[in-house]
Amino acid sequence: MEASVQEKTKIDVKNLSFFYGTTQALKDISMPIYDRKVTAFIGPSGCGKSTLLRVLNRIYELYPNQRAEGEVMLDGNDILNTKQDMNLLRSRVGMVFQKPTPFPMTIYDNIAFGIKLYERVSRSELDGRVEHALQRAALWGEVKDKLHESGLSLSGGQQQRLCIARTVATKPEVILLDEPASALDPISTAKIEELIDELVKDYTIAIVTHNMQQASRTSDYTAFMYLGELVEFDNTEKVFTSPTNKRTEQYITGRFG
Amino acid sequence: MKNMARYRRRKRGNAIFLTLSTFSALFGLAWLAVILAALFYRGLVDLTPATFTEMTPPPGVPGGLLNAIVGSLIMNGLAVAAGTPLGLLAGTYLAEYGRYTRLSFFVRFVNDILLSAPSIVTGLFVYEIIVVRMQSFSAIAGAASLMVIVVPVVVRTTENMLLLVPNGLREAAAALGAPRSAIIKAVTWRAARAGILTGVLLAIARISGETAPLLFTALNNQFWSTNLYQPMANLPVVIFQFAMSPYEGWHELAWAGALLTTVAVLGLSVVARILESSKRN
Repeated sequence: MEASVQEKTKIDVKNLSFFYGTTQALKDISMPIYDRKVTAFIGPSGCGKSTLLRVLNRIYELYPNQRAEGEVMLDGNDILNTKQDMNLLRSRVGMVFQKPTPFPMTIYDNIAFGIKLYERVSRSELDGRVEHALQRAALWGEVKDKLHESGLSLSGGQQQRLCIARTVATKPEVILLDEPASALDPISTAKIEELIDELVKDYTIAIVTHNMQQASRTSDYTAFMYLGELVEFDNTEKVFTSPTNKRTEQYITGRFG
Repeated sequence: MKNMARYRRRKRGNAIFLTLSTFSALFGLAWLAVILAALFYRGLVDLTPATFTEMTPPPGVPGGLLNAIVGSLIMNGLAVAAGTPLGLLAGTYLAEYGRYTRLSFFVRFVNDILLSAPSIVTGLFVYEIIVVRMQSFSAIAGAASLMVIVVPVVVRTTENMLLLVPNGLREAAAALGAPRSAIIKAVTWRAARAGILTGVLLAIARISGETAPLLFTALNNQFWSTNLYQPMANLPVVIFQFAMSPYEGWHELAWAGALLTTVAVLGLSVVARILESSKRN
């Protein structure tokens, strides 16, 4: 688990454990997430990779009986600190989910909603921001003539790109992607992957995926998790070509998981 | 080789069960049809323009139901106007803010009791706390007792409709940094809008036919009155009083009133149904 010297750490996870009630889902995890790099989390179902992602923006706090222990430093500040304002945290650490979740409003409003939460912008500026976000999510060409139709009228792949646009529009620093392409067809998946390549120039990205090729294609660093533990973390090429751990090797070659 | 005897027995069982279910469904529907047919047969004849333009008459004199129709509209309107925000906010608390709290558990329990409380009890309750104190039957008291019926219906439907909104939507909004209030206003209320509106319509339908609570509160008024501190005419009590009377003219007005109420409730239910199905698409 050595870190490359030249990378800047955006998020530093230190001795993180997580509990659903009394069930421990994460066991003493420590790893960095580097600034403006893609970090992929892989591992079999139930290994805790989504749970880890959900700690990074504390979205788990929406539910009772879920609790995290340890430290998660975002730019040097512990976000697990009780004084951390959760809404502000989430405005800095955005998240896109497995199932596309457009809000029941127009395409335009889907994006404007997040912007207006934290910024007071004029109508023309808002128009510009919406267009910019849609362009960054490679959706502008497909929706520019129907911005005032319902977001629900889009196809699944378009909905997911709308969700990414919505997240980008709020100018977060980190984007968490929880299996963003697993409900999509191969063409939409390819578009999302291209998008990740594009977005990582400006954002720190953490992605959970079940798809080995996706992890190897899109990420710079890969974390392999198993039964709530971090088994191996290294740069993606190393993890996929010469993993140090036997389990990692078995998993990425498809022999278990 | 498959066991055909078993298969035939299952088919026979299915035929019997299907017959019984169909018969029960038709039996229930038949009564509704008979009631509606009687209402239309008797009520339609008595429904004249005068029904909507003249006041309730003394026995033996022709008249209409104008004061009762307007009275019902006023009291139903007040009850819904006051009860909907209350029920909406309480239901929102149950589904959004306090979903897992002890208070919610308690409120839900009490609300269920209110929901199934006999309306005559509601009427007596309001009689005790408003009519006795004001020393007069009044439209205010009538509206209050109807409101007590509206609130639990709206609370229940609001909560249920909000619970149907997938948590993924709440998470998605929260993940943008939206505080709870913004999530509720912009996302979950909007997603549940048709369902919540349906609940309000059903609440109106529910109170439109309530007689007992009004009997103890608004009572009746033979004359035109829009004074909220005085007794006020209303369709259910007029129907009750006129139908129980020995006068033929009053009977005819009671039929007309019954038809009006039923058509109104039917209309509301149909609109509620349409809203509900449009939400699903």
